[in-house]
Amino acid sequence: MMELLFPVLLVAGIGLVAGLGLAIASAVMAVPKDEKAEAIQEMLPGANCGACGFSGCSGYAAALAKGEAKPGLCSPGGAEVAAEISAFLGLGGVDVEKKVAVVRCSGSEDYAGEKMRYAGIESCAAAVQLAGGPSSCSFGCVGFGDCVKACQYGAVEICSGVAHIDPARCKGCSLCVSACPKQLIALVPFRKQAVVRCSSCDKGAQTNRVCKIGCIGCMKCEKTCEFNAIHVKDFHASVDPAACTGCGKCAEVCPRHVIDLLSV
Amino acid sequence: MTGETIKGLVSIFLAAILTENYILSKFLGICPFLGVSKKLNTAASMSLAVTLVMVISTAVTWPIYYGVLVPNNLAYLQTIVFILIIAALVQLIEITLKRYMKPLYNALGIYLPLITTNCAVLGVTMLVIDKHTASPESFHFLQAIINAFGSGIGFLVAMVLFAGVRERLETCDIPKSLRGLPITLIAASLVSVSFLGFQGLVEGLLG
Repeated sequence: MMELLFPVLLVAGIGLVAGLGLAIASAVMAVPKDEKAEAIQEMLPGANCGACGFSGCSGYAAALAKGEAKPGLCSPGGAEVAAEISAFLGLGGVDVEKKVAVVRCSGSEDYAGEKMRYAGIESCAAAVQLAGGPSSCSFGCVGFGDCVKACQYGAVEICSGVAHIDPARCKGCSLCVSACPKQLIALVPFRKQAVVRCSSCDKGAQTNRVCKIGCIGCMKCEKTCEFNAIHVKDFHASVDPAACTGCGKCAEVCPRHVIDLLSV
Repeated sequence: MTGETIKGLVSIFLAAILTENYILSKFLGICPFLGVSKKLNTAASMSLAVTLVMVISTAVTWPIYYGVLVPNNLAYLQTIVFILIIAALVQLIEITLKRYMKPLYNALGIYLPLITTNCAVLGVTMLVIDKHTASPESFHFLQAIINAFGSGIGFLVAMVLFAGVRERLETCDIPKSLRGLPITLIAASLVSVSFLGFQGLVEGLLG
């Protein structure tokens, strides 16, 4: 009997000693927790996307708890999370508008050509190292999908060589903005407004040569706009989101059909 | 300490890294080898955590084996007792690090609790016992610790080497059917084959 019982008791004893030891150790060496930071972390979306500029949701929560950061930096969480956090911290209301990313290029295979056949590493960042990338337009989308890889929400896809962002899925975390080597992606407020799908800084004639849809800077949109919201600068039109009402008149007059309205 | 012992220790240390590499020669710890070798810094953190746990668990399990299990004729309980002790120990290390060495705790991060059930750690603690049984005169506690430390460094070498290989693989044009795990396993086997070339090297070096 004893030779059966002893091993069982021994293992149970070792387990008991180890368990007690751990219990004592965790009590003795308990780390004082920042309850405020933990509560804030609960409110954050937990995507760890880094759009706030901190190492992740826990880093942002710790900075918020210490008062080193402002609420409202979290773009995936948007206005709701910002309001919740500022209420929790006893700060005044913070105005945060939902933002989405838009691609300012529409030079798909139907409109823009290739100046060479690129057979290297399939990444935009690598492709632009070689004479600015394979696209005939030196400002256009490379189409290897660095933005698709950066997006954690599956909001970006490449259709016939140009990136498209689904505004409904986009959380505005801006990871794709920094992933694009051509700086074609920008964050805009999520409401009805005009978006110019071209960023070419070439003169109109050159743009026309390389892309059938690119903005040629004809100024028609600028003359048509009643709200002084669209201007031609660096040979392409750009919209001032603060002034644009989304009336759509610029899109109607554009001879290149490069302006469209953000679908809300 | 005589020159002979120091030479023995160096040979144990080198052998643990090169010829008896736990991942590439004994094929233990394949899960972290394939799981966390995608990036260099995660691979290095994981390996450092493994090294730390290997050394400390050997230092604890060896006296328990020879002080408690062997005198009571309970050597057959080795596996279960070692698992119990290693699991508790890793938790204890984690608590201690969190309290006293916060930067190290942050660097090791999630990998410390993951090691609780790592077979390479259990393998190190159990195989040193076998080594002692094989040559009781020349393999003692000190040698066991050096062996554990060398095994951890060997783990680090394998992980870092393989992380480098995988970072290269990222940018390669791999045939579609081989993408992902297949090419990783092929690469792992090639690295392992290359480590076979170290057979006999340590004995040759130190005579």
